[in-house]
Amino acid sequence: MTMLHTVNKSPFERRTLDSCLGHASKGSAILLLEDGIYGALKGTVVADKIKDATADHPIYVLGPDVRARGMSEDQVIEGVSVVDYEGFVDLVTSHDNVQSWL
Amino acid sequence: MSTPMPSEPWEEQEKDPAVKKFMYVNRRAPYGTIYALESLEVVLIAAAFEQDVSLVFLDDGVYQLKKGQDTKSIGMKNFSPTYRALEGYDVEKLYVEKESLWTRGLTEDDLVVPVQVVSREELRELMDQQEVILSF
Amino acid sequence: MKLGILVNEGPYQHQASDTAYQFTKAALAKGHEIFRVFFYNDGVNNGTRLSVPPQDDRNITQQWSQLAEEHKLDLVVCIAAAQRRGILDENEAKRHGKDSSNLAPGFRISGLGQLIEAGIQADRLVVFGD
Repeated sequence: MTMLHTVNKSPFERRTLDSCLGHASKGSAILLLEDGIYGALKGTVVADKIKDATADHPIYVLGPDVRARGMSEDQVIEGVSVVDYEGFVDLVTSHDNVQSWL
Repeated sequence: MSTPMPSEPWEEQEKDPAVKKFMYVNRRAPYGTIYALESLEVVLIAAAFEQDVSLVFLDDGVYQLKKGQDTKSIGMKNFSPTYRALEGYDVEKLYVEKESLWTRGLTEDDLVVPVQVVSREELRELMDQQEVILSF
Repeated sequence: MKLGILVNEGPYQHQASDTAYQFTKAALAKGHEIFRVFFYNDGVNNGTRLSVPPQDDRNITQQWSQLAEEHKLDLVVCIAAAQRRGILDENEAKRHGKDSSNLAPGFRISGLGQLIEAGIQADRLVVFGD
């Protein structure tokens, strides 16, 4: 079973991302969306944590949420893939289960 | 697994054969928001569907099970006794994450109902086995 | 694939309903079936036909109603959560002696069993919330 985890909280305000990383088994995918996208950007204090996590998890970020918040795809951490809503749908259907870390 | 209720053969055929593993993930404290209460309401309804139900309490969700809740002065209903009634609904798999407890200075003795305390590692495996995960 | 959608936040206050809507549209465009969209917690507020957002803003409830009409979507508002928050269809309004109802077109009010059924019947259930 491979799972998709989603995180929609800013890592600077909530501990949701940490909780997700702590509970996601190796190989499971993580999608950052809504305010969760702030965790996917270079140059922040959590950037190294995410970069390290890409060794264990495919990590994705929802592009529409990145652009909406004035960030560009160039600012997304290397190894994190940008997807659109169709890509989000593909992630859901290609994994056995979805866990939303609300 | 509980013993199935005796039933007539034609009733067996009527039943939906799908039994899925449902996990209810509770990560929020009670009263500050309605999530804990309304999550519990889902679980009570879900019990009638004879699915394989697990409840997990982690992060601030462990506060839902704290003993001795007294809500009189805040004007809200204390729904914590309902967790003790879950057994009567055949909802018997209650898991509490060990790390979430000790991070908050709580132990199993602080909880209103008997639970299975599991490590983060065990919880990770449990989650991986689920088919439907409902988080509130 | 058959997908179930759970929306746990109301419109405007939180992005959850917008994201769920964009996700649902994308899933339909890709040829997936949406078994049901279930609205719970403050998510039931997505079902009011009485909201009047500014003209230059999206009308979230109308978006859902239109999508439901175009794709025969089953939009279900949880009855228990709806009663608490004053979302009523005509029958419920009558039953509780209220002078009006406010459920938007394309939505129906039903029990939590509909959510569990979505979990059982759909291949995936995706939760959108806060």
